[in-house]
Amino acid sequence: MANKKLPRKKVKALVLRSAGTNCDQETAFAFQRFGVSVELAHINLLVKGGIKLADYHILAIPGGFTYGDDIESGRVLANELRVYLADSLRDFIRRRKLIIGICNGFQILVKAGILPGADSVVAQDKSFIQTATLTNNNSGKFEDRWVHLRVSGRSVWTEGLPGQVFFPVAHAEGKFIPINDRVARELKQNQQIVFRYCSPDGINPVYPQDPNGSYEHIAGITDATGHVLGLMPHPERHFLFTQHPFWTRLDKKSEFGDGAKIFENGVNYARVNI
Amino acid sequence: MIWRIEIKHKSGIVDPLAGAVLKTAVELGVRPVEAVETVGVFLIQGELSADAARRIGRELLTDPVTQECVCSVDGKRHAAASGKKHRVAEIAYHPGVMDPVEQSTMKGIRDLGYAQVEAVRTARRYFLFGDISDKELDVIVNKVLANKLIQQVVPEDFKMISLTAGAPLKDFRLAHIDLLNADDRELTALSGRGHLFLNLTEMRAIRAHFKNLGRDPTDCELETIAQTWSEHCFHKTFRGDINFAWKVNGKVRRKKIKNLLKSTIVRATQTINKSWCVSVFHDNAGVIEFDDDMNVCFKVETHNHPSALEPFGGANTGVGGVIRDILGTGLGAKPVCSTDVFCFAPPETDFASLPAGTLHPKRVMKGVVSGVRDYGNKMGIPTVNGAICFDPLYLGNPLVYCGTVGILPKDKVFKKVGAGDCVVVVGGRTGRDGIHGATFSSGELTAESETVSSGAVQIGDPIQEKKVLDGLLKARDMNLYTAVTDCGAGGLSSAVGEMGQELGARIDLDLVPLKYQGLNYEEIWISESQERMVLSVPRRHVKRLVEVFAGENVEAAVIGEFSGNGRLELFFQGRAVCVLDMKFLHTGHPKMTKEAVWALPKCKEPKLPPKPDLNQALVKALAHLNVCSKEWVVRQYDHEVQGGSVVKPFCGPACDGPSDAAVITPRLGSYQGIAIANGIHPAYGKIDPYAMAASCVDEALRQVVAVGGDPQRTALLDNFCWGNPDKPERLGGLVRCAQGCADTAIGYGAPFISGKDSLYNEYGQGNQTIAIPGTILISAIGIVPDVRRTVTMDLKAAGNLLYVVGMTRDEMGGSIYFDTLGVLGSSVPGVAAKLGVKIFAVLHQAMQTGLVRSCHDCSDGGLAVALAEMAFAGGMGVSARLERVPYQGAGRREDFILFSESNTRFVVEIEPEQQRAFETILRGLPYGLVGRVEAEARLAVYGFKDTALINSNIRDLKEAWQKPLRW
Repeated sequence: MANKKLPRKKVKALVLRSAGTNCDQETAFAFQRFGVSVELAHINLLVKGGIKLADYHILAIPGGFTYGDDIESGRVLANELRVYLADSLRDFIRRRKLIIGICNGFQILVKAGILPGADSVVAQDKSFIQTATLTNNNSGKFEDRWVHLRVSGRSVWTEGLPGQVFFPVAHAEGKFIPINDRVARELKQNQQIVFRYCSPDGINPVYPQDPNGSYEHIAGITDATGHVLGLMPHPERHFLFTQHPFWTRLDKKSEFGDGAKIFENGVNYARVNI
Repeated sequence: MIWRIEIKHKSGIVDPLAGAVLKTAVELGVRPVEAVETVGVFLIQGELSADAARRIGRELLTDPVTQECVCSVDGKRHAAASGKKHRVAEIAYHPGVMDPVEQSTMKGIRDLGYAQVEAVRTARRYFLFGDISDKELDVIVNKVLANKLIQQVVPEDFKMISLTAGAPLKDFRLAHIDLLNADDRELTALSGRGHLFLNLTEMRAIRAHFKNLGRDPTDCELETIAQTWSEHCFHKTFRGDINFAWKVNGKVRRKKIKNLLKSTIVRATQTINKSWCVSVFHDNAGVIEFDDDMNVCFKVETHNHPSALEPFGGANTGVGGVIRDILGTGLGAKPVCSTDVFCFAPPETDFASLPAGTLHPKRVMKGVVSGVRDYGNKMGIPTVNGAICFDPLYLGNPLVYCGTVGILPKDKVFKKVGAGDCVVVVGGRTGRDGIHGATFSSGELTAESETVSSGAVQIGDPIQEKKVLDGLLKARDMNLYTAVTDCGAGGLSSAVGEMGQELGARIDLDLVPLKYQGLNYEEIWISESQERMVLSVPRRHVKRLVEVFAGENVEAAVIGEFSGNGRLELFFQGRAVCVLDMKFLHTGHPKMTKEAVWALPKCKEPKLPPKPDLNQALVKALAHLNVCSKEWVVRQYDHEVQGGSVVKPFCGPACDGPSDAAVITPRLGSYQGIAIANGIHPAYGKIDPYAMAASCVDEALRQVVAVGGDPQRTALLDNFCWGNPDKPERLGGLVRCAQGCADTAIGYGAPFISGKDSLYNEYGQGNQTIAIPGTILISAIGIVPDVRRTVTMDLKAAGNLLYVVGMTRDEMGGSIYFDTLGVLGSSVPGVAAKLGVKIFAVLHQAMQTGLVRSCHDCSDGGLAVALAEMAFAGGMGVSARLERVPYQGAGRREDFILFSESNTRFVVEIEPEQQRAFETILRGLPYGLVGRVEAEARLAVYGFKDTALINSNIRDLKEAWQKPLRW
């Protein structure tokens, strides 16, 4: 894609907010840095029709504690999406537009049934069904720490990333569990697992390298199309070089950190293909 | 109809709550508990069909992967999964106590289409497996599962009839207090009965005022005066007069201090007179200039008394309160980071030694940390820095300092209420929460306060406050209001009283949105329900303002107007319940003179063994609770949200070295930053509060300098926590401390911009009281010109040179080393600010030119601890020689040079090629090239006779440092 001349289309991203969203500004900043026009909008505006999801190329659901993660993480906003916005979301996905959910955003996508979101479910026009979850870390507590991730799978969001990246996690409920073997199998068959926690040298992690005890050390997945990405670690918190936890020891090669490529990928893809 | 829905984990799924309960029960020594299961309980009131209830259970309350649920309508409880012997305890909040889950659940149910839901309550059910006696069950319930101030055990046969709290207020009666006929004894009794915490002089002044008016006050008027004049709101000690007598060289000298605050702290700021100080001491937070468009503001508060009773709730609402201070600064600032400092009794304190009515310090610490985590993380404000100190004297009164930094546009710094503006309250609803918080924190705690003042304990709702933040900043940028302040201690009474000080205010208390029915006028007026702000809104903007907040699901209600007649007038159900002259309220307080005496305590230098094992001594120092790693705490805080993180709490390749100060960029996309640091040394204060203050100022500043902050653009905050100031010797220490703050700040040219005091931190036990050691926290905020020049403390490369900059003296009093030997000593560190200013300036210059590879300040544990921390943070070794350390002292004791805590010292790593450049700029200052960074991971320190005093593997040192609080 690097050599292709990009059209000058203005990419529009919607960064969805709600009560308790708190990573919205840095997520917006990441998209804006690559020339995207970003709208930070409260879900109330979408529900009441003040804005339309269809007017955007990218939907980002940032991190935070929507509705306090009361009941369980992401549950209340996930239900709002299912109840009020199922049609427009289904349409958004069918048009191969892009969705990214980070941390609480990932929890919301999973609990709304949008991820892992079998393609067939969308095609048959059924409602979204939750087929996996993100639940309490094995450690039983919230932890903010940096983790190494092995990159695999197939997604427009992760194209061109190095084999291993370094992002922080900051969550209490990040342990990924598929509801049954079939869902687990499909995830692998469709190459939907894009980020796995790993040790610094890229092999099987132990706690706290895997901070939560996820199935298959899963840190992030996409839907079968590779257009909907959800991940617990925060790429927007390793967007700049100076966010790296020991950048003062490193030679600076770019003003960006590992996470920037993800946002750039989304923007470039949207510019050309949507 | 009330549905009961029980949620439990499927088998094989980890239940962290059950694990935590089991762990704590075992720690408490309740041996028979073998396993724990927990069940979530939702009680839902409303005309819902069985299908509807099941759908709510399935789609909203249960995770299909990890949980299962059962619904019932007859209140039936479900049995434990296993038939093994067990006990059951179901814990619920008292009616009316904040449970944010109830609100979210109501919303979730309505989203599913069931608008008929009326109320939700939650509870948690615990199955405790094992052969547990009644007594043991009682211990677990009271020490692990519940705090009876806010929670209760629901009896197994209890049937809920209604979930709606409160009942309509019938037969409202306006109460007058018989004041005009009261004699002195009755005045004192009235103050005590009403929890007013007013002394006789104050009560007399009030009586005189009402005598002039020819009538008795209403209860509401008296209460309003008590709130406004409370130590918490009015700072009587710092603003009053003090007769100060102190002893020097056997002679007593005397001086009358008029207004301690003005004659010390404020005077320092005026003397220093920095042009970048924008707003100091009069708003909710101090404001300094940041860049061309923005200012930053900083405030640190304490929440000690509530945290002593309910650690989670106390710390939770402490964080919420200081964030509201920032939201209420100028026309509203955006919070960008927080810092939290705690003082506790040691966590290994024997249970048997606890005074009645106190909680165990480990429970206090866990609760406080959870409270800070919950509020800070959910608000999305990174907690970037902090400290924890331990001392047995904090047993009855733990200290919880919560600080927050905000950023605000330069044209939003000043506010002015307009006559005729509407009084608008936004945010949470008002309930009976926290009634008497302001007056309560102005008196000593006793075992009784657990029951008497229980209304003062609350739980916060961070998401409510986040919504208020989102709405407020939007409304601010649309210029929809003219002034704002937070509802803190004293609730509406102090917020409206403060905003209406000039103009007066007329309030209709019936218009205040309530959580439940039944509150009377006085309760509405003084309630300290959290997450509320008061705005003054020009009439023409009211509609738009209400819409903006509604867009964030926040209630905004007009409750009156700023009248312009100079009176505070409150109405309830059509009747005037309070009519007070604002002038009397704010300036009628009788000037009081307190007595203060001071003499240095008789501390002595100890006799020490001639040849201590210094390897052992270093291990002990690293494992000291005040030195050891606080990673268990820090990891639970989100310190990176908002994306501004540059120097994190931990640095080095393993992300576990202790950073000196935090650096963030408050504006994304800009490389200008701020550094945040804290200085705290309670042990020094036991020897001399003046020296404590000086050392704390020095420590806060040198930490800012150590990461690259500009010492000439660094401002300070003072935060005094002291015992009872009515006791002359306690007040004498406080005066000394304030003088130390002022002199050192002037010496360094670092102005104070805001501060706070929390007095009466004493715990009564029979005839005795335990006072905290007088404690000052100095917090610093410094501008970092370019964060790409910041420096961290982890060693970077083998072969680099290590310098000590600054003078080491035999200053061991109050040191970590002495504490590990069980002595206090007397030679407390002093501050030589004239030299210090130069050292700070030169080091800052060296960092700005990129000379410095790493830098660490020497503080607790001195040079030895600093070198060890730098080594294991960087994963590298050190070889160093003590003879090269700049030293002035008679003793020439090697252990003193290693562990002295002399101020204004740094260890600095320089590349060999930069030696000449670095030494050139250091010319004339005390410095020494003490050693170098080694590839082999050992710390080797050689003494005067070339013998290795310390020769340890850094892995062992790191382990000693990490182990104590690795919970």
